[in-house]
Amino acid sequence: MALQSKIEPSLSEGEIEAARPLRSARFVRRLRPVVEVLASVVVVMSVWEMVIRFFDVQPFIFPAPSAVLASLWSGLASGKYIFALGVTLSEILIGCTVGTVAGLLIAAMMVSSKLAHRVVYPWIVGVQTIPKVAIAPLMLVWFGFGIESKILIVALTSMFPVMVNTIAGLSSTDRDQVALLRALCGSRLQVLRYVQLPAALPYIFAGLNTAIVLAVIAAIVGEFVGSRAGIGFLILQANFALDLAAVFALLTLLGALGVTLSSCVRMVENRVCFWNRRN
Amino acid sequence: MVASLEFKDVNLTYQVDGRAPVNAVCGVSLSIGDGEFVAVVGPSGCGKSSLLKLALGLEMKTGGTIHIGGDEVEKPRRDVGVVFQSPVLLPWRTILQNVLLPADVLKLPKAEASRNAMDLLALAGLKGFEEAYPHELSGGMQQRAGIVRALVHDPRVLLMDEPFAALDALTRETMSIELQRIWMARRKTIVFVTHNISEAVLLADRIVVMSARPGRIISDLQNPEPRPRDIRFLSQPAASELSGKIRESLDRAYGIPARELVA
Ligand SMILES: Nc1ncnc2c1ncn2[C@@H]1O[C@H](COP(=O)(O)OP(=O)(O)OP(=O)(O)O)[C@@H](O)[C@H]1O
Ligand SMILES: [Mg+2]
Repeated sequence: MALQSKIEPSLSEGEIEAARPLRSARFVRRLRPVVEVLASVVVVMSVWEMVIRFFDVQPFIFPAPSAVLASLWSGLASGKYIFALGVTLSEILIGCTVGTVAGLLIAAMMVSSKLAHRVVYPWIVGVQTIPKVAIAPLMLVWFGFGIESKILIVALTSMFPVMVNTIAGLSSTDRDQVALLRALCGSRLQVLRYVQLPAALPYIFAGLNTAIVLAVIAAIVGEFVGSRAGIGFLILQANFALDLAAVFALLTLLGALGVTLSSCVRMVENRVCFWNRRN
Repeated sequence: MVASLEFKDVNLTYQVDGRAPVNAVCGVSLSIGDGEFVAVVGPSGCGKSSLLKLALGLEMKTGGTIHIGGDEVEKPRRDVGVVFQSPVLLPWRTILQNVLLPADVLKLPKAEASRNAMDLLALAGLKGFEEAYPHELSGGMQQRAGIVRALVHDPRVLLMDEPFAALDALTRETMSIELQRIWMARRKTIVFVTHNISEAVLLADRIVVMSARPGRIISDLQNPEPRPRDIRFLSQPAASELSGKIRESLDRAYGIPARELVA
């Protein structure tokens, strides 16, 4: 793709004309998966609705998709879900940012010092193996029911995959590329800047992709353990009220949030690591 | 002539944990004059690349001394350029950015370096590919970009490790002629490792033959024929005679007729 757009100016008019139908074909090809997914959603929802109506299933056992959609709409229209989404999203975004920065810094430290690697790594793995649900009540005691405790849980969760991948990325550098920089009198900082960091970017983004998905889970876990707002908080409330349509509506919202966040990360990745797509 | 690059009794033994040490370079003494074009030939694995890495300051010798322009080589120097056996381009930089890497790392004035880079890229037949990324170029084009990168900061000493090995015969010839032209115009000291005897005869003032590992120098041949030399030079008697001498030395180096090994 990148080459295509670069070569185009040198093509003659006729050749550009010839390239146009190709482009629209590519557009259709790219749209196809989206259409396929949408079609499958429609099919599943129709079957689901028919089964519920046919067997006359009670809404507090399993809600019909129509009821879920209605609940979703009213929740969004009243602003209630929007506010909850805002709370959960801030927990995820702030927590993930803090976690990512911490993961990058710790990784940089461990790569630059073998001693740090030996001493710090076991601690991190130790903390990581404790389930976050088990730590969440502690965070609540220390940081209260507000957004801070969730941010911390999210940060703790997302730090690990970023750190592990960054370490792998920074140690994956090509020896010849480092030799080239050294032959040019490059300092350690220049080796990091011109070779190690760019080479580590695809790894870092792989870590970020895992981190963002885990961050959604961590935020909901935190809200389940104790909170006053957020999607997780609303799910618990709806569950107690046996309003399963609302639970399903909130779960749908949560799924959409996860998919959106993950695609955002992937989009930025494709931008930043453009050179990594082909090879 | 002032010695520009001088090896005195240089030894290099690689010590890898848990394995027997490998003696790659053994007692090499070689004095290369300022502006001299020296070709190094020898069997594969005899320590040619190692010799260049020593001069680059990338490997530490285990014996002897190496001087460039009178200073002992202990770390990489600004006035030395290198072309590795593989192109070693950074995939996230365009060809122009790759070629300008030495200017960036050495913090040279941008405008001047850019102009120099554009000229050299045109010379290497890479005009129009300045904004392309390495994976969009053929192997030979990548190698040419690697050569341009070595020249961009105008180093006094140029170390080339089989720079044309990945090129087809025709490109190889044009690049050889271009290299000779650049050398005549800018008079760099060049050490040029090659497996190709014709290439050595065409380009070099002096051809050094190394033995199989541990690499020692087994012959040191002068090639005083006038320049510029072109491909026709290779069919002249002087060139054939020199090629024959190099073959003979290589026969000794390999222990079997080199004709069967070296094209
Ligand atoms: N970093 C290293 N660590 C250990 N041994 C090495 C290292 N680099 C090279 N060697 C060994 O040193 C010897 C000489 O290697 P070198 O790369 O200098 O050979 P060469 O003459 O350039 O060969 P070729 O013509 O195939 O490129 C080889 O036997 C190789 O195994
Ligand atoms: Mg070699």
